[in-house]
Amino acid sequence: MKKAIGPIIIALGLLFMYAPILILGVYSFTDATTIGQFGSFSFANYVTLFTTESLRNMIIGTLLLAIISSILATILGTAGAIGTFYSKKRVQAAVSVVNQVPVVNADVVTGFSLCILLVVVLGISKDTYIPLVIGHVTLSAPFVYLSVVPKLKQMDPSLYEAALDLGASPAVALRKIIIPQIFSGIVSGFAMAITLSLDDYFIATYTKPATFDTISTYVVNATRGSQTEIKTALWALSTVIFIIVLCIAIGMNVSAARTAKKER
Amino acid sequence: MKKTFARKYLGIPYAVFLVLFVIAPLVVLFYYAFTNSTGHFTLANLAGFFTDSNTIGTLVYSLCLAFVVTVACLLIAYPIAYVLARSKFKSKAVLVMLFVMPMWINFTLRLTALKEILNLIEGNLAYYPFLNSVIGMTYDFLPFMILPLYNTLVKLDGSLLEAAQDLGAGRRQTFFRITVPLSMPGVISGVSMVFLPAMTNYVVNDMLYNSTYIMGSLIGSYFSAYDWHNGSMIALILLAIIGVFTLLSGDSEEDTRRGGALL
Repeated sequence: MKKAIGPIIIALGLLFMYAPILILGVYSFTDATTIGQFGSFSFANYVTLFTTESLRNMIIGTLLLAIISSILATILGTAGAIGTFYSKKRVQAAVSVVNQVPVVNADVVTGFSLCILLVVVLGISKDTYIPLVIGHVTLSAPFVYLSVVPKLKQMDPSLYEAALDLGASPAVALRKIIIPQIFSGIVSGFAMAITLSLDDYFIATYTKPATFDTISTYVVNATRGSQTEIKTALWALSTVIFIIVLCIAIGMNVSAARTAKKER
Repeated sequence: MKKTFARKYLGIPYAVFLVLFVIAPLVVLFYYAFTNSTGHFTLANLAGFFTDSNTIGTLVYSLCLAFVVTVACLLIAYPIAYVLARSKFKSKAVLVMLFVMPMWINFTLRLTALKEILNLIEGNLAYYPFLNSVIGMTYDFLPFMILPLYNTLVKLDGSLLEAAQDLGAGRRQTFFRITVPLSMPGVISGVSMVFLPAMTNYVVNDMLYNSTYIMGSLIGSYFSAYDWHNGSMIALILLAIIGVFTLLSGDSEEDTRRGGALL
């Protein structure tokens, strides 16, 4: 009896987290318009998802925004982490404190304050996409910084010195010695930036052009409307994203298991 | 030229970026919160918030909601994290990942799924607005509570538990006198990651038909009304609450914020 309680807790937890997504996934393959209704097998939701222009634009726009803002955030955050790491202690402390602000801040506040600064005070039009991209970079660059700094601390400083002694210029030594050693931190920072951008609702709402939608803003608007066709197409989108995330998670597990085996 | 190249100059763009887009917005927020539409200094926005029964009601409601959501998350997440951390399941890594994976699925889509299920169970969502918000937020934020708890529990030194038992402590006593106190950093970190979003994430309320305002919705409504001054005051009050939380939690477990540790 006592032994079974652990697995039961885990199973209930997983049930709570996954039942809605899985049930929605099953219904996305039917022509039912509400959960619980009896429907027959159909791909119609997936056809709507990939052929409706507004849905397609929203998906492409979300992905483009995530990729562009994450690349910018990764470059800025990584360079910032390296530069700060080799600066005076006082500079390091100051940067790491300011870096924490967007991390702990509520996204509503970040988005609203950026909107006031960029749009109201500086008069930059939201239609230029500049406030939106800046907003997403502000959201994610601090996380890149946070994932690179520990890697810098673990680094062996004598390797860099050795490269300089052997005649490498600082720029070459940076590229060939430092970057490879912190690369895993840069990659996880980039992945973090992508997920933050894809998940964001608030910063986008306060800084995006009126005609542009990300997945989050689109879904929130769609739930206010009453178009069942769009509603059920979003079930299909949710299922597609779930499957992609599942594949990535499985891939990460397999590769982690492989490296663990090699190390043994 | 070559001689003057120093690695520390690489940090300049990021430092400038932080000044422009992290510090400057806060300065502007401060300015707007304490001025009126003609640009004169005023305390009316601050006084207005604390004298209007509607806004005070919103503050109290958000605090209550955040409290209930945080307790619910803690009660559900602690057993899960405990079992995960102490188990010798072969596929532990897979299980932990399963509990973190929802973070990578867009939260509005996950809420859509939850909404359909709640609709089926309750019939009409409008009858249980507070309950729906609690369920929705717990569903949304649970991974953010599980992960920091798991991270501290998994590092817990097993020999301390054995020592307690050798010294005659029962299972219950060991748990409450050893495990719980030692997992406090994880609890604090998890609570700070759930409590604040629960006060501000008004999308959960909107999507589940809870029309009562929380602090986040106030900012949203002032934004729609182009009332930057009162909106800034709300943002500032939220910042103050966030500041208190950050000071209380110190810098423990910072890297687990928003699931950063697992990636």
